[in-house]
Amino acid sequence: MSLRSRVVLFVTVLVVAIVGATGYVLNVQKNQDASLAAAPHVPQGGDLSTLRAAPHLVFRSTALGPEYGRVAVVPLTSPGGPRTFTPASCERVYATGDSAICLTAKRGLVTKYQAFLLDGAWARSRELSLTGVPSRARLSRDGTLAATTTFVFGDSYANPGQFSTRTVVTRTAGAEIGDIEKFRLIVDGKTITAADKNLWGVTFADDDRFYATAASGGVTWLVEGSLSGRTVKALRSDVECPSLSPDRTRIAFKKHGDLPAGRWRLAVYDLRTGAETVLAETNSVDDQVEWLDDRTVIYGLPRQADGTASSDVWAVPADGSGTPQVLIRDAWSPAVVRTQ
Amino acid sequence: MTVRDRPGAGASAAGKVATTVLLLGTVSLLTDVSSEMVASVLPLYLTAAVGLSPVAYGFLDGMYQGVSAFLRIAGGYAGDRGGQPKWVAVVGYGASALSRIAMLPATGFAAITAVVTADRLGKGLRTAPRDALIAEASDPAMLGRSFGVHRALDTVGAALGPLVAFALLALVPGSFDSIFVVSFAFAIAGVAVLVLFVPNLRPAAGTARIGLRRTLRAVGGRRLRKPLLAAGLLGLLTVGDGFLYLTLQDRDDFAAVWFPLLYVGTNVAYLALAVPLGRLADRIGRARVLVGGHVALLACYLLGALPSGGVALTVAVLLLLGVFYAATDGVLPALVSRLTPAEARGSGIAAAQTVVALARFGSSLLFGVLWSVQGPGASLLLFAGLLVVAVPFVAWLLRGVES
Repeated sequence: MSLRSRVVLFVTVLVVAIVGATGYVLNVQKNQDASLAAAPHVPQGGDLSTLRAAPHLVFRSTALGPEYGRVAVVPLTSPGGPRTFTPASCERVYATGDSAICLTAKRGLVTKYQAFLLDGAWARSRELSLTGVPSRARLSRDGTLAATTTFVFGDSYANPGQFSTRTVVTRTAGAEIGDIEKFRLIVDGKTITAADKNLWGVTFADDDRFYATAASGGVTWLVEGSLSGRTVKALRSDVECPSLSPDRTRIAFKKHGDLPAGRWRLAVYDLRTGAETVLAETNSVDDQVEWLDDRTVIYGLPRQADGTASSDVWAVPADGSGTPQVLIRDAWSPAVVRTQ
Repeated sequence: MTVRDRPGAGASAAGKVATTVLLLGTVSLLTDVSSEMVASVLPLYLTAAVGLSPVAYGFLDGMYQGVSAFLRIAGGYAGDRGGQPKWVAVVGYGASALSRIAMLPATGFAAITAVVTADRLGKGLRTAPRDALIAEASDPAMLGRSFGVHRALDTVGAALGPLVAFALLALVPGSFDSIFVVSFAFAIAGVAVLVLFVPNLRPAAGTARIGLRRTLRAVGGRRLRKPLLAAGLLGLLTVGDGFLYLTLQDRDDFAAVWFPLLYVGTNVAYLALAVPLGRLADRIGRARVLVGGHVALLACYLLGALPSGGVALTVAVLLLLGVFYAATDGVLPALVSRLTPAEARGSGIAAAQTVVALARFGSSLLFGVLWSVQGPGASLLLFAGLLVVAVPFVAWLLRGVES
């Protein structure tokens, strides 16, 4: 082939590639605009302060449209009904009667993540220090303690642990207590000092005691910790992202078992009897579950079917019976506020 | 953990470098824009759109890194044996290009793993025949510079890829398909440059066909034995950059906040130094620069092992890591291609790169275990201590090897 015909052929390939790729992207953009405009508006309504006076659910709304990512509130009596939007936008949210913790992401070349405490009017009252990609946030029941978990490093092929987290506990009205990974980890009476030690997914029991997940060398444990003692002690293995029931007798958690990497089953562990119950949800759940009441747990599940970044909040009985039901459509990161 | 092909070029140096080297650099630039576009959003895509957790992603990444080492040898030998290094490279680049478009229908874990693996296989296949072409097209006295120019262009592509990807995500939020399509367009342009303009340079007489036995003799022969031993030994003491970055973030909040950008710091140093260090290698000897690069790595470990960090220390570690890559990544194939008979050049380069990749994989496993037992600082000090012994030994081993 002569140089000239090769140049002609190259220019042709280049033009086809550029026109094809540009056309594809523009078409996607047009469709996105159209589907955004056509998105059915989720039913809205209600008054925020009235809602918050009665038991309610706080969550991140993932309904397509201008309110995507906004924190919304529904009454506990009608979780599937109209939602009321707050002014706050969060990737992950947790709330008590008059405060909330909100993890946000500003996407860009380097996505910037921040954690805020919100006051009763959903305004930012304090910024918490945060490093890495946020994955879990919890407040203690009275709102005096806040815990955030972030992934600082998300993968490493040679390390069985595969990731590195930081879990910081802060007194909402006072000082940062610090990274609980620095606490002493005791398993079967022995202190674990391995550098691949990770702790995440805090659930508070009272002003001092909490439960969380600890991991080292590919094994995870349910740990019970003391903030004043700066110690965490392993209770049992294969427990991730614990969540304490309202009556403080049981822990709902993600169980890995012998499932493939990155898949979990929901289970409940009874602190009084040591019995473990696997729940009826057969989908893999990667969430720190929340208790709707003493009989039901709720959790977010991504909606796989339509390829959107949407998700629903599901509910399943905590005793292993029944079948999972959608509790709130287009929702994520639920928090149940039972009022004082 | 693989021998990295990343770049950095200067205009004055590029002026004297063979056109074929510049064309191959352009192919690598376009292909790297394409592959880094996908690589930079893959964790996000898998966790956000497909619904895999970071743990599953870690598994995928391990596979991603592991598969290509073995195909290098096959690619190098196929290029030598058939006397068609260009077309072996075309198959490799083509496989990676097709894997981009295959991401569109792939939705499950198994399908995505298969597509990512196909991409890595393509990369493994093409590297050695491409480096053999660079060596063939270059004046033997400026091999170091040629490889430096190629790696510099390659690194420019690697730096542009994530920028293009995130610009696209800003334009069409959440549309990973757009990223795959644009990535495919870049890859096709790269393959077109390769197919249409890069000559299929055959070694020496152009008819030499080398058999497996002679290839083995050439690769296992006396001339290559010492460099391969040296490369393997040094590779065993090379801690993966992932671990170094982890060490930095562990002691220092600056490094933790800017974690995603740490590799950019290393690449900038690499880009700036690939050509100058390549020229230096041509002047004072490739073996010397290779050994010198590991002295920079030693300094990197020592600074990394310090108990407390800070911005200056973090930046120093990143720059030293860039010096290390600039002094080794292009310099090793330059060294090896001088010591291998022309008809077995691809196999020789592939052998050296595979030895390094496997040694570094072993080193990663070992360091991972050490890390979890005794923490990053002590592990780095141990590796530093071993390097203090190994570097003079390698310097002795490689003395006069190029004469």
